[in-house]
Amino acid sequence: MFTINITMAVLLAGVYTVGFYLLMQRSLMRVVLGIMIIGHGANLFLQAAGGPPGDPAMVAAGVPENMVDPLPQAMALTAIVITFALTTFLLALAYRSWVFLGHDEVQDDLHDYRIRRLPRRYTKPDSLVGSDSEANS
Amino acid sequence: MLLAIALHMLVAVIVLLIARRAGRWVFAIAAAVPAVTFAWVMSGSAATLAGDARVETLSWAPKIGLESVLRLDVLSFVMIILVSGVGAVVFAFYAAYAKPGERGVGRTAALLSVFAGAMLGLVLADDIFTLYVFWELTTVCSFLLVGGDGVSRAARRSAVQALLVTAIGGLAMLGGLVLLAEASGTYRISEIVANPPSGAAVNVALVLLLVGVVTKSAQVPFHPWLPGAMVAPTPVSAYLHAAAMVKAGVYLLARFAPGFGDVPAWWVPAVVLGSLTMLIGGYRALRETDLKTLLAYGTVSQLGFLTVLMGAGTRAAALAGITLLLAHGLFKSALFLVVGVIDRQTGTRDIRHLSGVGRQSPALAVFAVLALASMAGLPPLLGFVGKETAFEAFTYGGTDTFVLVAIALGSVLTVAYSIRFVWGAFATKTDLPDTAVSTPGIGLLGPVALPALAGLVFGVATPLASTVVDGYPAAMPFGPEASDLALWHGIGVPLGLSVLALVGGYLVYRYPASWQWLCGRLPSALNAQRGYERAVTGLDDVAHKVTGRLQVGSLPAYLGVILVAVFVVAGVGMISDTPLPAEWRWFDNPLQVPLALLVLAGAWAAVFAHRRITAVLFASVVGYGIAALFIVDGGPDLALAQFLVESLTLVVFVFVLRRFPAHFSNLKSIRSFRFGKLAVAATAGILVSLAGVLYSGARTESPTASQEYAERAVSEAGASNVVNAIIVDFRAFDTVGEITVLAVAAAGAASLILAAQRSARRPTESDEDSKASKRKEASR
Repeated sequence: MFTINITMAVLLAGVYTVGFYLLMQRSLMRVVLGIMIIGHGANLFLQAAGGPPGDPAMVAAGVPENMVDPLPQAMALTAIVITFALTTFLLALAYRSWVFLGHDEVQDDLHDYRIRRLPRRYTKPDSLVGSDSEANS
Repeated sequence: MLLAIALHMLVAVIVLLIARRAGRWVFAIAAAVPAVTFAWVMSGSAATLAGDARVETLSWAPKIGLESVLRLDVLSFVMIILVSGVGAVVFAFYAAYAKPGERGVGRTAALLSVFAGAMLGLVLADDIFTLYVFWELTTVCSFLLVGGDGVSRAARRSAVQALLVTAIGGLAMLGGLVLLAEASGTYRISEIVANPPSGAAVNVALVLLLVGVVTKSAQVPFHPWLPGAMVAPTPVSAYLHAAAMVKAGVYLLARFAPGFGDVPAWWVPAVVLGSLTMLIGGYRALRETDLKTLLAYGTVSQLGFLTVLMGAGTRAAALAGITLLLAHGLFKSALFLVVGVIDRQTGTRDIRHLSGVGRQSPALAVFAVLALASMAGLPPLLGFVGKETAFEAFTYGGTDTFVLVAIALGSVLTVAYSIRFVWGAFATKTDLPDTAVSTPGIGLLGPVALPALAGLVFGVATPLASTVVDGYPAAMPFGPEASDLALWHGIGVPLGLSVLALVGGYLVYRYPASWQWLCGRLPSALNAQRGYERAVTGLDDVAHKVTGRLQVGSLPAYLGVILVAVFVVAGVGMISDTPLPAEWRWFDNPLQVPLALLVLAGAWAAVFAHRRITAVLFASVVGYGIAALFIVDGGPDLALAQFLVESLTLVVFVFVLRRFPAHFSNLKSIRSFRFGKLAVAATAGILVSLAGVLYSGARTESPTASQEYAERAVSEAGASNVVNAIIVDFRAFDTVGEITVLAVAAAGAASLILAAQRSARRPTESDEDSKASKRKEASR
């Protein structure tokens, strides 16, 4: 049975940790870097989990038994390009945020903040028609 | 039967359409449908009362065994007398009661028609889903009718209370019904009752059903919604809150009693709550000065009585219960209509202002007294017959005695508030000037007279009443044989109690000190209305707090929650399901170790870089390092793509970074939250890595697809590089999709950047600046 070796496992854990950590920052630039690093991690994940390493997937280059699995590689290749597209787009967003707001930080949602700060809503209901509240008052 | 229900709904639409032209006469049109229904049911009464139940089935999803079943038996028959018979009377009354040119009559008439149809469906339904749907439909109609046009705040609040309380009960009931159906293996109520299941789940189901009963029928502690609902127009109250809807709970009790009457989880809560309700309702009715609210508390009290009788689950109690169900529907609707007439003709319904109404309108007073006499249990009215039977049902000793005492006390109170009603509504009071009464016409008096006289007819012609109701107790398997309904039972405990109730009731009315000492002494914890208010505001508070906690508005916090949730939930499942690999290797190729160290170092440094460009460069180290790892692992294509893309990314970053300040701005906030975020990130990262380890073990050999691709690469794609063959040939459409994504992203990025530049270059730059700074302030 093939499993990812310890070095690669540690590497994956480290790369993803850094990626998630950057993702949780307020600076958009760091968030973009986080997404980029998670993308790298995902490509590495695909390649590492997709089978044991071996010879390149060239028919002419070697014996088919030693060849690496070409399918995860094809997927990872697509993923690399998509990551690039995503990074570029996010970067453009960060840039726009910078131009319009003068900073590139993710602010707390103002509306949510207001809800949190709302005073305890306690309205004393007027007594209903013939309600019990008259009875014992 | 389906046709009748559909007809109600159809007429509701018609009434809406013609309301503008027909004015208040829409009620006359709406009255036709229940009247026809009533006539149709009466025409088949011989078969129905002989025990020949008529069944109609509508299979609307036969594949999964779902069907609507309607079944007309004796209990449904009695309920239809109230639903359609009294319904038609009330509708006709409304035509005379509404003022000419009154607004909103179309809406009210349509809603009442829908309600009448729903109520008809409710009492006919023989499968739990049909029952539930019609049950909730009546709740919704009640909400809309009580709320009216929604202008008055009191009406809105009462409507919401009625909706909340009865809908919560309805949901509980649905749960109970489903549990019950699962336990017995059928959705048909008649089959469930015929072969009642048992067990702990059934007990839970029965208690849930009871929650539906006590909320709908306004039993303690849920009763305050009913007096509150009196803000509705009086005919609406007469129909919904006296004759029909509030009976739905009692009806449910009666429907299931033949199956579960001997289960303690069923009858004990019903009898206890019913007794309490009867006493509390009667006590409150004594204190009210508003005639309508007085009647509402009277209804609460009487519903308690009915709950006791239907819940007790013996033959005799069932006979008394169904007789009083009929009697109450008749006299209480008549009384509500009386209040409606008084209110309409004098402009008030306050006991403290009314005087001399009886002298000026004797006919009205006669009918009112007739109805009240039935309520108080005076011979020869149906109420008396029913009450005698009720007393008799509990004369068998044991725990019955407690119930007997409770309902006897309740009857004393009933008599007392009946007298209070007569005095309050009709007496000529010495200290008050006579109230001006415009004489009510036949349109108003006729509908009052009908149900009031029906109570008299059924009472005098007791055998007629017997033929109507006897079929129901006959189906009850529990308790001793019930004696027949009769006006004269001979001298015994029941007659004694009847006399006692009348005398005691008069004394209680005459000497208010006998109950007034109770005022203000009941512990406030028992105050049901305050309990409801606390529950609602408490729920609001909880919702506010939960929202405040969950919707903090901070993106990092949301991401953290999502990461923890996804990876902990999925991770726990993953670890518990999948075995760890048996053997571990340090590395597959020695070169992996230094490269991994390089990547980790780059990633780590990217986190702590203070300058933007440094962070980007360190992130590139990660990308290049991984590209090198691809080479080591045997993926030159991947490595090439990664090198190219990484370089391009770097170029793009550098272009953008020219415009940004050199340093990250929020160093402080990063430091302050570092450890929490790091812990979350590390947990998630380690679980991703673990997933990689565990799931890579699931791969035993190269998949067939990969082998096929490798074999056919040369012959079919003419390529020796299998990865290339897959991307540009075998899976070329995927690649087209990928290119599309790239193009869309490029277009998006370009438009974002160009739009930003253009607006920055505009002549009104100062405007834009001030706008930007305003937004900045707003977002802080």
